Amino acid sequence: MGDRRSTRLGLRVVALLYVAVLVLVPLVVVTWKTVRPGPAAFWSAISSDQAVTAFRLTAEIALASVALNAVFGVGLGLLITRYRFPGRRLLSALADLPLSVSPIVVGLALVLVYGPVDGWFGSTLHSAGIEIIFSLPGMILATTFVSFPLVLREVVPVLLEEGVEQEQAARVLGASAWQRFLRITLPVIRPALLYGIVLSLARSIGEYGAVLVVSGNVSGENQTQTVPLLVGERVQQLEPGAFQLAFLLIVVTVLVIVLVFLRRRESESKHSEPPAVAPDDLALSADPAPAALALHNVASNDVELDKGGLR
Amino acid sequence: MSTVVEPATAASPARSRAARDASGAARLGAGSGLGLGVAVLWLSLLVLIPLAAVVARGFTGGWSGFWDNITDPNAVRALRLTVTTSLLVAAINAVMGTLLAWVLVRDPFPGRRLVDVIIDIPFALPTIVAGLVLLAVYGTDSPVGIHLLGTQRAIVLGLLFVTLPFAVRSVQPVLMALDREVEQAAACLGASPFTTFRRVVLPLLLPAIASGATLAFARAMGEYGSVLLISGGLSRTKVSSMYAYQKIENFDFPAAAATATVLLAVSLLVIVGLDLLQRAAARRG
Repeated sequence: MGDRRSTRLGLRVVALLYVAVLVLVPLVVVTWKTVRPGPAAFWSAISSDQAVTAFRLTAEIALASVALNAVFGVGLGLLITRYRFPGRRLLSALADLPLSVSPIVVGLALVLVYGPVDGWFGSTLHSAGIEIIFSLPGMILATTFVSFPLVLREVVPVLLEEGVEQEQAARVLGASAWQRFLRITLPVIRPALLYGIVLSLARSIGEYGAVLVVSGNVSGENQTQTVPLLVGERVQQLEPGAFQLAFLLIVVTVLVIVLVFLRRRESESKHSEPPAVAPDDLALSADPAPAALALHNVASNDVELDKGGLR
Repeated sequence: MSTVVEPATAASPARSRAARDASGAARLGAGSGLGLGVAVLWLSLLVLIPLAAVVARGFTGGWSGFWDNITDPNAVRALRLTVTTSLLVAAINAVMGTLLAWVLVRDPFPGRRLVDVIIDIPFALPTIVAGLVLLAVYGTDSPVGIHLLGTQRAIVLGLLFVTLPFAVRSVQPVLMALDREVEQAAACLGASPFTTFRRVVLPLLLPAIASGATLAFARAMGEYGSVLLISGGLSRTKVSSMYAYQKIENFDFPAAAATATVLLAVSLLVIVGLDLLQRAAARRG
């Protein structure tokens, strides 16, 4: 018995050490490097023109791509769960693809299609006076690409679980399509939708590689540097102020994780009994890491659709 | 445009009078058909056509042009580094992720919840911040006296950092749902804890461990931001995504697209592999 206890303690120590060395020590060091130069350095790091423009750009891009992903996430979610059409499962699988593509590949893909010089559509758009790459629309596209399925992944399981009885009842009682969506469907999916939006927002604020490629990383007059790009530049050019900006991003991330954690606890206490089918179902509510969460369900999605179909 | 159309589509399920199957799912009506069209168009413009353009550009010089680009010594070196570090990271994740999941599920020590939360931080951090965090600890003015800047070990460390939760989150729910009576039965029959784990628990966890490790592998293959800073910009630490970015910067799009096509093929293989893995697990369970 004592032997088993020491094994358990040993495992615990190894696990905790691993997490401490990999995560805690680095976070403490960054916090220290942020705090040490003092509040004046912090203020000048986040209040320079470049930083303020970066904040504004990041906010604009994040809001636009979250809005796009929310609308298409809910729309695609409803189509996939409420209709039968050829290619439905393929569509659902393709919608998951963006999360497993390298950010540099995402950026390159968009440049090849929307680039001004020899992009498939880009050269036509360019001669029509519409710039996509190296300007805001391209950065929004890149950000939307990398966070594409995050809302969808949250909404689909809820729609499947809910079923269509209430929607059908409302239809029989004469409610219009809009009324049914606003009064029946939306309230049901609201928590999942909000959660998806939070994940999507976190991902949008932090995207680096894809935005780097499509933005051209321009500073100065026509700045296309978002906050993550500015962090990258300050580090690489050995300019001060990288840690301060990074610290802000860490604070945002931790807030999001705590929010997700609280929700996860809530849903755990709601389904305290583990469903029989279901490591996947459980993972759905238990997995708080944005892409892990969506990636994790790449494969399980089909299974769920089948269940939905059988019901 | 699409923002206006979509909500109407969203609401249209009930409007269509089309036949419904047992689950209440309907065939497409006019409104929902339009919605599907808009959604597919958006997915195509945003994701499918651009990805197709990558493959097309990768093959602009035909098969031989593609082959020349991916067998360029620098491309091969980058790809070899990417694959070996990603495999190593997947293997370490399989072991440490299972261990962490085990401790989090079966060992109720004080502060367990906190560890559970901390595990997600590296993954959710913006990748460039993850890179900066590692640079701060293991870079040239390392406060702990470990200098890894520009080494391949630094790349592995960066990848381990961002993939930390994958295996844990994959194994954890399976472990929670595991019926402990089987283990107790094994113990009653005289199996040691280690034998019980190896012969009873591990086989049940294997699909989850494999899918967690596969996810970590996929993420590691395409990683850019978190390993950029710690790589020190040296050729011996250049992974494929950095190689592709360098080619983009030099406007050598065919070479960038060829490497990108290889990375894309790996992502697709991983998705298909995961699907098969999950189906196998579902059949068994």
